[in-house]
This record gives sequence, C-alpha cells and structure tokens, in this order.
Amino acid sequence: MRRHSSYWAFAVHRASGLLLGIFLPIHLWVLSTIITGASDSSGSLDWANNPWVKFGEGGVAMLLAAHLTGGLRLLAIEFLPWGDWQKTAIAVACGVSLMIALSYLLRAF
Amino acid sequence: MTKAQVLDVSVWRGGVSGEFVAYRVPRHDNQTVLDVVTYIQRHLDPTLSYRFACRVGVCGSCAMTVNGSPKWTCRTHVERVANGHRLSLSPLRNLPVIKDLVVDMRTFFTKWRRARGYFISAGTREDAFARVRPDSAQRRQADKGIECINCAVCYAACDVVSWKPDYLGPAALNRVWTLINDARDEHRDLHLAAVASDDGCLGCHGQQACLQHCPMGLNPAAGIAGLKRTVALAALRGEL
Repeated sequence: MRRHSSYWAFAVHRASGLLLGIFLPIHLWVLSTIITGASDSSGSLDWANNPWVKFGEGGVAMLLAAHLTGGLRLLAIEFLPWGDWQKTAIAVACGVSLMIALSYLLRAF
Repeated sequence: MTKAQVLDVSVWRGGVSGEFVAYRVPRHDNQTVLDVVTYIQRHLDPTLSYRFACRVGVCGSCAMTVNGSPKWTCRTHVERVANGHRLSLSPLRNLPVIKDLVVDMRTFFTKWRRARGYFISAGTREDAFARVRPDSAQRRQADKGIECINCAVCYAACDVVSWKPDYLGPAALNRVWTLINDARDEHRDLHLAAVASDDGCLGCHGQQACLQHCPMGLNPAAGIAGLKRTVALAALRGEL
C-alpha cells in the first residue's frame, strides 16, 4: 500500500524535517556558546575537525537539501497544474540532495 | 485437486475482534476475488458476510482488503493479486467492521455531507437547461473526477485518515473539487469554506495513495492539490 515513489518522498520529507528539528537547536546552541565565548572555542573547533563529525555534517547537509527540494516539489504539485512529471520531480530532488551533500563533503575534506 | 488448482484463502471472520479463517477454494481461469468470496459463502460457510451488488465495477460496494491492499473485488482477477496460491481477505481499513468483510460506511458518507460534497443551486425545474461547454477548462477539470463510484478504496488506502479520524478523505474532497468546477453550482464559497481546514484539503500530506489505488483511475490527489490552490487564492483575496 505504501510501495510507491510519492509515499517515499513523503517519508523522506517527514523524517528529514524531524531530524533537522532535533539538529538545528543543538547547532545553534553550539554556535552561540562559541560566539559568546561561553566555551572554549578551540575545543569545539577541534571536535568539528573529526572526520566522522564531517561525515555527519555531510549527512545533515543532505537532510537539509532533501527537505528543501522535497518542499519545492510539494509547492510545485500544489501550485502548478498537475502533470506527469511527478516521478521526475522526485528523481531531481534526490539527485540535487545527493549532489549538495557530496559537494559539502568535497569541500570539508 | 492439485496445489495449482487450489487457492488457500484466509478470510477475516468476526468484528473488531476476530481471526483469519482458512478456506480452500478451487482455482479457475478468469476468476475474480468476488468469485472466491461467493464460492466460500455458497459452498463452504453460509455465515460469511460480505457486500456486493452489480458485479461489474459500477456500484462500488464490494471493496475489501486483498493481500494488504484495498481493491474492488468484482474486477480484481485472482491471477493478478494472488501471492502464489495464497489470498488474504479482510475488511476495508479506516472504517468500523460490522461483521467479517462488511464495514460500516456511515462515517465515509457523513464526511461527504460535512465537506458539502453535494450540488447547491437555487435553480428550479422551470428554468432552462444550463449550457456548459464540454471543452471549457473548468468542465474538463470537473470531468476528470466525476466518475467516482464511492467504493471507499481511496479512503481505506489513505494514511492521513488513519492518523486523523476527522480528516474528510480523498473521495469527499475529490467530489468538492468537481463541484467547485461545476459552472451550475451557485455556492462555490460554501464548498470552499467546508474544506479549508486541517481536516479538509489542508490536511493532505501528498502521499498519493488515493491516486495509486483508485480502481476507476481517478486522481483525487490532483483534486486536493487544486483545492489547496483555490483555498490559498481565496484566502489572499480575503474571501475566506
């Protein structure tokens, strides 16, 4: 019943939104502690240079891109006339998300 | 009978609580799922309850869950859905079970009324026939959704209905979309107000199970997207 591309697009959009909802407050808190000097900024930066953390950040970039492109797909469905480009839109959203994540990782290393 | 000539059919027996009961049914060419259920009732267990009327895909009454997916059974061939020689039959999801394969459709039809999924006009029989151009853009939109047979397959397939029991569902919203595009209907505003909420078109998550499962090949998802667009424009104009 759920084995079709639109359901998967929905699931990815929902999961990426929830994960970003968890990540973003932590991300902003770390940034604020560094900016206000409440923590040892060099320690935080060392931690951020760990390759595993960089991979994790690549994943976060992917989540962000997936949520953005998935949202654009939804807006296109709801505000443009219905067309047979639905699966193409999902494929483009996946491709763009992957490209953004890989670009991030290339730059990070 | 050899294994290939027999279907192993599990059928839900009981109400909300019950169990799957196994039956062995002879297999034939061009056999529909409704033929299977009818065989069980006529030859194996006359107490089995199920619903059907036309047998030809018009009345929309024979829908049930077949191997996990909601389907109309009168036009679903066993050959296309059987898992080898196994078939599992249960009542439609998202509707209360009365007995065996029969569900209570009241919620489904009540939601059509709540969505104002009915024609509203002040016209009388004394008025002349309305002239509607079949090739007008509005009529073409309405035509895409009017063949709904109220089988509730889309309603059973929709996860949003499972999560939010007050959600109007794809069939009722599709009906409202056809009315909004009906040039003869005089209360577009009332239809729109009835569906402009989280329980209406705004609650749809775009999973498109309705489009995947509609036996008539309709696209309620496109109708709901059209409703969202119309609601957004009406809200911007201050009409809602």
